[in-house]
Amino acid sequence: MSATFDQLPELAAETIRQALAAGATDAECTISEGDEFSVNVRMGEVDTLKEAGSRGAGLRVLIGKRMGASYTSDLTPDGIGQMVRSAIDLAGLTTEDPHAGLPDADALGSLKGDLQLYYAETASIPTEEKIDAARRAEAAALALDKRITNSEGGSFDSNVGGRVFANSRGFLGAYRSSYCSITAVPIATLDGAMERDYWFSLARRRSELEDAESVGRKAAERSLRRLGAIKVETQKVPVVFEPRMARSLLGNIFEAVDGRSIYRDASFLAGKLGEKIAVDNFTLIDDGTIPGLFGTSPFDDEGVPTRRTPVIENGVLKNYLLNSYTARKLGMKTTGNASRGITGNAGIGHGNFYLEAGTRSPEEIIRGVKNGFYVTELIGSGVNTVTGDYSRGAVGIWIRDGELAFPVSEVTIAGTLQEMLTGIAEIGNDLEFRGSVSAPTIKIGEMTVAGR
Amino acid sequence: MSFADSFFAAKFGITTRDLEGYLSVALDRGGDYADLYFEYLATSSISIDESIVKSATQGVSLGVGVRVISGERTGYAYSDDLSPEKIRHAAQVAALIASAPAKVGKVPLHEGAKRNLYPVLTAPSETAFRERVELTQRADKAARAYDPRIFQVQVVYADNLRQVLVATSDGVLNFDRQPLARMSVFALARETGGIPQQGHAGGGGRYELDFFRTERTPEHFAREAARQAIVQLDAVEAPAGEQTVVLGPGWPGVLLHEAVGHGLEADFNRKGVSAFSGRIGQQVASPLCTVIDDGTLGGRRGSLNVDDEGNETQSNVLIEKGILRGYLQDKLSSRVTGATATGNGRRESYEHIPMPRMTNTFMLAGESDPEEIIRSVPRGLYCANFGGGQVDITSGNFVFSASESYLIEDGRLTRPVRNATLIGNGPEAMKFVSMVGNDLKLDEGVGVCGKEGQSVPVGVGIPTVRIDRMTVGGTA
Repeated sequence: MSATFDQLPELAAETIRQALAAGATDAECTISEGDEFSVNVRMGEVDTLKEAGSRGAGLRVLIGKRMGASYTSDLTPDGIGQMVRSAIDLAGLTTEDPHAGLPDADALGSLKGDLQLYYAETASIPTEEKIDAARRAEAAALALDKRITNSEGGSFDSNVGGRVFANSRGFLGAYRSSYCSITAVPIATLDGAMERDYWFSLARRRSELEDAESVGRKAAERSLRRLGAIKVETQKVPVVFEPRMARSLLGNIFEAVDGRSIYRDASFLAGKLGEKIAVDNFTLIDDGTIPGLFGTSPFDDEGVPTRRTPVIENGVLKNYLLNSYTARKLGMKTTGNASRGITGNAGIGHGNFYLEAGTRSPEEIIRGVKNGFYVTELIGSGVNTVTGDYSRGAVGIWIRDGELAFPVSEVTIAGTLQEMLTGIAEIGNDLEFRGSVSAPTIKIGEMTVAGR
Repeated sequence: MSFADSFFAAKFGITTRDLEGYLSVALDRGGDYADLYFEYLATSSISIDESIVKSATQGVSLGVGVRVISGERTGYAYSDDLSPEKIRHAAQVAALIASAPAKVGKVPLHEGAKRNLYPVLTAPSETAFRERVELTQRADKAARAYDPRIFQVQVVYADNLRQVLVATSDGVLNFDRQPLARMSVFALARETGGIPQQGHAGGGGRYELDFFRTERTPEHFAREAARQAIVQLDAVEAPAGEQTVVLGPGWPGVLLHEAVGHGLEADFNRKGVSAFSGRIGQQVASPLCTVIDDGTLGGRRGSLNVDDEGNETQSNVLIEKGILRGYLQDKLSSRVTGATATGNGRRESYEHIPMPRMTNTFMLAGESDPEEIIRSVPRGLYCANFGGGQVDITSGNFVFSASESYLIEDGRLTRPVRNATLIGNGPEAMKFVSMVGNDLKLDEGVGVCGKEGQSVPVGVGIPTVRIDRMTVGGTA
C-alpha cells in the first residue's frame, strides 16, 4: 500500500501479466491516486478543513470478444489477485461483442515534452497560507458592499494526483497533475430577499492564481447584481450568454457529438457529418494538447495520444469525438477521447473543448441589443440532446436599449439546440481558458423567455 | 447481532478498545466531538446495449473517515487503509482543527438499538452474477417487444452492499448492512425517417433480488420506458408562461424535494443562507399540504436503519397543513443550534463529511379524486413524469424538468407535449396548491440527490396535486 507513485507503473504492468496468465486475451489496467486538501472559511472563521489521500486500481479484461471489469482500493498482492479473478469471472458472463477490443497498437502513444500539468510545489503550500487565502477572499467579498450580509465562505482547494495506464498491447504510461483554486460564495440581501453567486480562480500552481481579494470582489459583484430581480413577461427576444453560461451550452453540444450517442442514433447531430449546422463563424475545437490547460493530458484513458480535433469548423460539422470502440462501430478512427474512472468500458471525454473567439467585445454585443436577456446562470437539466429540445431555468439581467437594465430571475429560456446553433448572431472576443470547457460571450438571435 | 460478530470486528479484528483509542487521538487537541465512519462497499453493475451484455463490473472499496468538531469547525481526514497507524494518522490530522488541551472525557461505547428496515438475507450483490445478467436481459427483450418503433434499448442494472460502522465520542456505536439495487431502462423510438424520442424508467430499493421477479419485474420497467418513448413521438411544443399545472402521483414528488426539501436542510438554516431560514411556524404552502421526510419506510431506497452519523432515522414532519415545522438535522447543526437529532446526517462515502440530507420525502394524501382534479382544469398542463430538478436554496428558485406531460383542455388530457422545465420559488410555489388527491404514491426507487458534490440515494412521493400557477418553460 505504501508504494510510491514511481512504483505504480510496475504494479500496473504486473496486473496485466497476471490477467494474461489467468486467461485474458487482452487487458487494460488503470491506477489512480490523489491527495486532496480543502479549507472553507466562513464569516472569518475556519469552518471545515479536510485533508486526505486515496488510491484505486481498475482492470478490464477481454477473453476473445467478451469483457469483464473490476476495481479495488486494496493494492496489496491479495487485493490485486482478487481483482484479476473477479474480472476474469465476469468475462465469462457477458455476451460476445464483435466490436470489443483495445486500440490498434499503432494508435497507442503519448505526447512528448512537458505538458505543464504538475507542479510539486502545489502539494506543499503551507496550510496557514491556504487558510489565509480563503479568509482574504471571503473578507474582500464581505467588505465590498454593506448589502453583502452573509456568506457561504471563501475556500481554498488543492489536489495532486497521478494516473497510470497499462495495456497488453505494450502501452505503459503515467503522468501527474496538480491544481489549486480559490472560491468565494457571498450572499447579498435586499428587503429580506437573498441572492447568492460565486467566483473562482483555478490554476496548476499557487503563483498562477488570481489574487484572493479579486476573487472575493468579483463574487460579491455577481451576488449584488442579482438583487431585486423580477420575473418578466413571456416573450421571444435575443438572448446573450455570458462566457460561463456559453460554456454550459458547449457542454450540451459535447454530449451531442459523443460517439456513443452517434452510433445509437441518439443525438440530433447523428448523420450530420459534413453538413452546415451552425452559423459561418462558429468554430468549435477539442484540443487535449495545450500545455498547462485543464483539459490537457499526454494520452487518453485507452493509451491513445490526445490531439486537436476540429468538431465544428465555420459552421460545418467536421468530427465526432471517439474512443476506439465507437470508432470501430462507426468505421472511423479514434480521436483520442477515451475517458473512464478506473474501470469498465471507456466512455468519451473532451480535452480543452472551446469555441473560437469572435471579434466584438461583450460590451459592444450588449449595446447592439434593444430588448433582450443577458443570462448569468442556468439551472436544471432540461436539455434533450436526442431531440435538441432546450428548456432551462435562467437568471440574468434584462437588456434595454443596449444597457444592462435590471436583474431577472424565475424565468426559463427555451428553444432547440438546432435553432440556437443556426441562430447565433454574435460571438465575443472574450475567450478565456478557465476550465476544460471555454467559450466567449454568445448572442442568440431569438429564444422564448417564459415568465409571467 | 453484537459488535463482536459484526462485519468490521469479524473481518478486520477491530475492537471497541481500538475505536475508543482512535477517538481519544482525534480529541487530543481539544476537539468537542469526534466520530469514526468505517465503510466497506462492494458494487456490481451490468449494462446491455444493442442487446449485447457489453459490460459487467464489480469491485470493492473500503476506508475510514475521522471527523472532529470544535465549536462550529470541522476537521476531516480519511484513510483507505485500515491499519492502526493509518487510522491514528487520520485522527491526528482531523484533530488539528482544534488547538487546546484535550478536554472531553472518555465515554465508553454503547451499542445502539437494533432494528432492521431491510431484512435481506441474501443481498442482490451476493447472488450469482448470472441471475442478475438474466434479469437485465429480460428488460432488453421486453422493451424491444413493446413496439416495432423501439429501435434502441439500454439497460443498466447496478447493486451494492455497504457495511458501515459508526463510533462517536458521545458513546454511540452502531453498525449496519445496507443493500441497494436498481434497474434502469432507456428506450429510443422513432417513426420511419422521423426524429428519435426517448423514454426512461427504473426502480429498485433495499430488497432481495426476488423484488425484480415478483414486485417490479424487468418487463415492468421496460414497458414503461418504451411507452414513454412512444408517447413522445406525437408530442407538440410545450406552452410558455404561467399555467395551471397538475402533477401526477409518484415521481413528480421531486417537486417537494426541490421546492422545500433542500431549503429545510439545517446546515443552510444554521448559516442563515436558505430562503426558508427563520421561517419555522410560518405559512409556506397551502393548508392542504403536509410534507414528511421519513427514513424508516421498509426497503425504500432512501431509508436507513441508522444515518451515517449513527443516529436512528425517523419520520419528520417538515410542513404541517402548510405551516413550516422543522428542519432536517445533522450532528453539527443540531449541536450548534440545540435542536434534536432527526437522523438526516448522511454522506456519500468515507471520503465525505456528513451533511443534513433528505431520505424519502413525500406529501400526505388529500381528499380529492384524481380524475376530478384533472376535470377541474379548463386549460393547463398535466405532468406525469420528470427528469431531474435543481434549486438555488438562497433565492428559493427551483426547477424540475417534465419528461412526460400532456395538455389539459376542457378538463381532459389531450396531446402529449415536449420536454419542458417548470420553475418556481420555494416558499411561494406551494401556496398555489389548490387540490390534493387521495392517491399518494411513492416513486419506484431511482432517485439520486446531489449536494455539494456528494450523491446519496433518496425517495420521493406525492399524490395528484393541482397547482394554480406555475411558470412552464416551453416555446408555444
